Amino acid sequence: MWFRVSSMKVEASAGSQNMPPLLKVENLVKRYARRNLAGMREELLALNGVSFTVFPGTTLAVVGESGSGKSTLASCLACLESPTSGKIWFEDKDIVKVEERVRRQLRPQIQLIFQDPASSLNPRWSVLEILLEPLILRRKFTREEMRQCASSLLERVGISPDIVERPPTELSGGQRQRLAIARALTLEPKLLILDEALSALDCSVQAQIANLLRELQSSLGMTYLFVTHDLAMAVYLADEIAVMSGGRIVELGSAEHILNQPQHETTRQLLRALPRMTRALPAPEQ
Amino acid sequence: MASVLEIQDLQVSYRSREGVWSAALAGVSFGLMPGEIIGVLGESGSGKSTLAVSLVRLLPRNGEIIRGAVHFEGKDLLRAKPDELQQIRGRRISLIFQEPSLALHPTLRAGEQVRHVLAAHSSPGKSALNERTRQVFVELFREDADRISRSYPHQLSGGQRQRVLIAQAIACGPSVVIADEPTASLDSATQMELLAVFRTLRERLGLAMIFITHNPALLSGFADRVLVLYAGQVVECGPAATVLASPRHPYTKALFQSIPAIFEERGSGRGTKLPVILGDSARSSLPRSGCPFEPRCMERMSVCREREPQLVNLSASHVVSCFKYES
Amino acid sequence: MRYLLRRLSHALFLLAGVSILAFLFAALAPGTYFDEMRLNPQIAPETVAALRAQYGFDKPLPVRYASWLSSVIHGEMGFSFAYNSPVAPLLLVRARNTLLLTITATLLAWGIALPLGVWSADRLGRLPDRLLSWATAGLLVIPDLALALGLLVLAVRSGWFPTGGMASVDFETLSLFHKLGDLALHMTLPVTALVLSSLPLLVRHVRAAVADVLKAPFLLAAVGHGIPKRALLYRYALPAAANPLIALFGFSIGVLLSGSLLIEVVMSWPGLGPLLLEAVLARDLYVVVGGILGSTLFLVGGNLLADLLLYWADPRIRTESGAR
Repeated sequence: MWFRVSSMKVEASAGSQNMPPLLKVENLVKRYARRNLAGMREELLALNGVSFTVFPGTTLAVVGESGSGKSTLASCLACLESPTSGKIWFEDKDIVKVEERVRRQLRPQIQLIFQDPASSLNPRWSVLEILLEPLILRRKFTREEMRQCASSLLERVGISPDIVERPPTELSGGQRQRLAIARALTLEPKLLILDEALSALDCSVQAQIANLLRELQSSLGMTYLFVTHDLAMAVYLADEIAVMSGGRIVELGSAEHILNQPQHETTRQLLRALPRMTRALPAPEQ
Repeated sequence: MASVLEIQDLQVSYRSREGVWSAALAGVSFGLMPGEIIGVLGESGSGKSTLAVSLVRLLPRNGEIIRGAVHFEGKDLLRAKPDELQQIRGRRISLIFQEPSLALHPTLRAGEQVRHVLAAHSSPGKSALNERTRQVFVELFREDADRISRSYPHQLSGGQRQRVLIAQAIACGPSVVIADEPTASLDSATQMELLAVFRTLRERLGLAMIFITHNPALLSGFADRVLVLYAGQVVECGPAATVLASPRHPYTKALFQSIPAIFEERGSGRGTKLPVILGDSARSSLPRSGCPFEPRCMERMSVCREREPQLVNLSASHVVSCFKYES
Repeated sequence: MRYLLRRLSHALFLLAGVSILAFLFAALAPGTYFDEMRLNPQIAPETVAALRAQYGFDKPLPVRYASWLSSVIHGEMGFSFAYNSPVAPLLLVRARNTLLLTITATLLAWGIALPLGVWSADRLGRLPDRLLSWATAGLLVIPDLALALGLLVLAVRSGWFPTGGMASVDFETLSLFHKLGDLALHMTLPVTALVLSSLPLLVRHVRAAVADVLKAPFLLAAVGHGIPKRALLYRYALPAAANPLIALFGFSIGVLLSGSLLIEVVMSWPGLGPLLLEAVLARDLYVVVGGILGSTLFLVGGNLLADLLLYWADPRIRTESGAR
C-alpha cells in the first residue's frame, strides 16, 4: 500500500472498552513435533507465549513477516488446531479446556476467512448452495426463511443476484471474498478472523472489501482479528496492532502509536519496508 | 536511440469452452528502450499476464494472437519459427513467472535448474557450465550461493525461490526481462529486497525490464516509465514520476485514491471510507462501443459511450487515452 | 538407515506370519500326499501308515511347524514328497527359470512403455495418441490366456518358434553361443506374451502421469527458458511424474515370481508356476508353503524397493522439513 507522508489526524479511541473483553489470550504456546522419514524428531516452536485482549466491536491487527507465527495464531483461535499450552478465553469460556460439546456450540461464533478465496469455496457448488449450506446444517429454518436470509446477505455484501447460480470459479477474487464473508455471516459470528484475507486481491478491490468490513463492523458490531503482513492496511483498518516476530508479540499498541512511535526494531523495519512515493532510491546492494 | 523491444497493436483473444471469443488485449503498443524499466500497472482482467506470455508466444491452447507485431533484434517474434523462438526464450528475452513455488521444478536442485537453462542455449564443457552457474548464484545470493545452489525448492523461502527464478532468467545474459508480478506472494520486506536486486541487475547488466504489477506503490522509485493497462488497452503511459504524482486518466486517478493514504492531510485517513471504483474490472465478452472504463468512470461524458478514445499526447513522453484531453 | 532396519524387521514379521498362515491352510486342506497311495490296493495300509509317521503327519500341527521352521533355518525348507528332495534346491532352480523370463519381460515392458507413454502424452488428444489409446485398450481387453494360446498357434503354424519348454532336446550338445540362441528362441514367445499383457497398463499410467505434469506451471516456465523439447520431456516432465510410476514399478517387481504362472503353465516353461500347480494338486505340502513364501518375499521386497526408490528420487520425502 502506498501513502504520502504528511501530518496525522488523531483518531478517537474505539468505544466499548467498558464492556468485558470478547477474546483474551493468555500465554499461548504451539509446538509442532514431527518425525521425518529417517525417524528423526523435528520441532518447530510456532507460538512462544502470546497474550493479548480484544474488546467487542474493535479490530486488532496482527502484523508480522512470514514465519512469525501469525497464521498459526489464527488457526488456534479458530479452533482448527489446539495449542500446546495456554488459555484462550472467548467471552467467559476457555475454549482450549472446554469440552467438545460446548466448543461445538461456540464454533459458529468465531469464523475464519482465508487468504485464497478459490480454495476455500467448493468449486462444484453454485454461489447460492455455498451460502445455504451453513443454514441447512443449523436446521432451524424453513426453505423460505433460508432463501430470504441468503438474498439479504448477498445484498449486504454487495454480490448481485444475477450470479447466484454460477460456480465460484467464474467469480472474480473480490466477489469470492465477499461470498466467503457472506457465508461466515450466516452463522452470526461475534468474532471474524481474517487470515491475510485481502492479500491476494487487487488494490482497488482491497479498498472495496475494506469498506465492506468497516460497514459491517459499524452496523453489526463485529469484532475483527486481522492477520496480515501489510502494515499499511493494518494501520488503516485496525484500532490496535500487535507486531509478531519469532512466535512472540514484540510490540502491542494503538494504530497511531505503532505508526508514529514504534518502539521495537521489528516494527521499525516493517515501517521502513513500506513503499512510499517520496522514498529516495536506496544504494544498490554491495 | 532505437528501442530494444517494440510492440505494435497487439491484439490477443481467448476462446472459452463454449466457443465464445473474448478479447484480452485490444491493441497494445509501446516500446522498450535499452536499460529501461517499464512498470505495467494493471489489475485482474486488464490483460497484463496475457501481455507477458504473448510477447514470447507462450499462450495456452485456447489463446490466439489476432493481430500485431513484436519487433526484437530485427525479427518479428510473432512470426518467428519455433526453433528461432526456442533460441530467443531464456537467452535473449526471459520471462519470470508469478508464483515461485510453482514455477520451479519440485525435485531438481536449484543449481541444476539454472544449469539446464545454460545448457539449453550453449554447449561449453561441463566445468564451464558449473562455473557460470556458480557465478550467477554468487551474483544473487552472495555467501549463501553454494548452499542455495544445492537446495531443493521446498527448502527455500519464497524470496529465495524468486531469486532462483531470477537466476534462471539472467543466466544467459538476456537484454530483456519480463517479470509478471514477481513479488506478489511475498511479504513487504522481501518485496523491497527483490526490487533492489532488480535495480542492481539493471545497473550491472544493462537489462531492460517490463515489470508487471497491480500495486502502484512498488513502482515508485523503481520504474522509469509507467504504463497503465485497463481492459486490454493502454490508458496512460508516461514517466513514472509524473504518472505516479499526477495521474491524468480517471482510472489511474481512482486507482491511486483507493489506496489508504494514512498520512494524508486530506483524503482517506483512518476512519474514513476509501473512495472505491464501483463495480469490478471483469472482462466483458459482449461487444460494446465507447471507452471500456466508461461504466465505472466518475468523470464520464456522453461522448465516452459513443466512441473509443485514442491516445493523446499530453507531452512528449506522456500519453493518455481519454476524451477529457482531446482538444 | 534406521528406516531400513525398521522396514526389514517388519518384513521379517510379515514373512513369519505368512508362513504360519500358509502352513495352516495347506495342512488343514483335506487330503495329504499319501491319499493317492491309500487308494492303491497294492500298497499295504501299514506301509502308508509307516510313511505318514516317518514324515511326521501324526504329530500335532505346531510341532510340525516347528520342525519345518528348523528345516528352513538349515536351508532345506522342508521335503518334497513328489520329487523326493529338499524343497529349497527345487524352488531355487524353478525360481531362476521364472526370473529369467519375468525380468526380461519387465525390463522390456518398461523400456517400451516409458518412451511410448511420454510420446503419447506429448501429443495428448491428437490422432496418434488416440490411436495408441485404442490399441492399449484392445490389448487390455484380451485375456492373457487368449494371448498365450494365440502365440502358441503362431508357433505351431509357422514353425519359427518352439512350442514350449525351455531348451531343445539336444541342448547339452550345443556350443555356448548356440545355447544362448536356443534359450532366446524358447524365451521369445513367453516373454512376448508377458510383455503384451503388462504393456497397456504401464503405457496408460506413464501417459497419465506425464500428461499431468505437462500442464504444470514449472513446465511452462521451462519452455519460457527455451529448454528444448527432448530435455523438457525426459529431464523435466518424466522425473516430476516419477512418483506414481515408482510405485507401479515396485508392484512390477513384486509380481516377478507370481505374475507369470498362467503363461508358464500354458507354454510349458519350467518355472515356479507349474511347480506350484502340481504341488497344490498333489498336496505336496512343503513345496506349496515354500512357493508362497517365495512370492511373498518378492512382494514385500518390491514394496520396500519402491519406497526406497521414492525416498531417493523425491527430495521432498527425504527432507520433510520445508522452509515456509
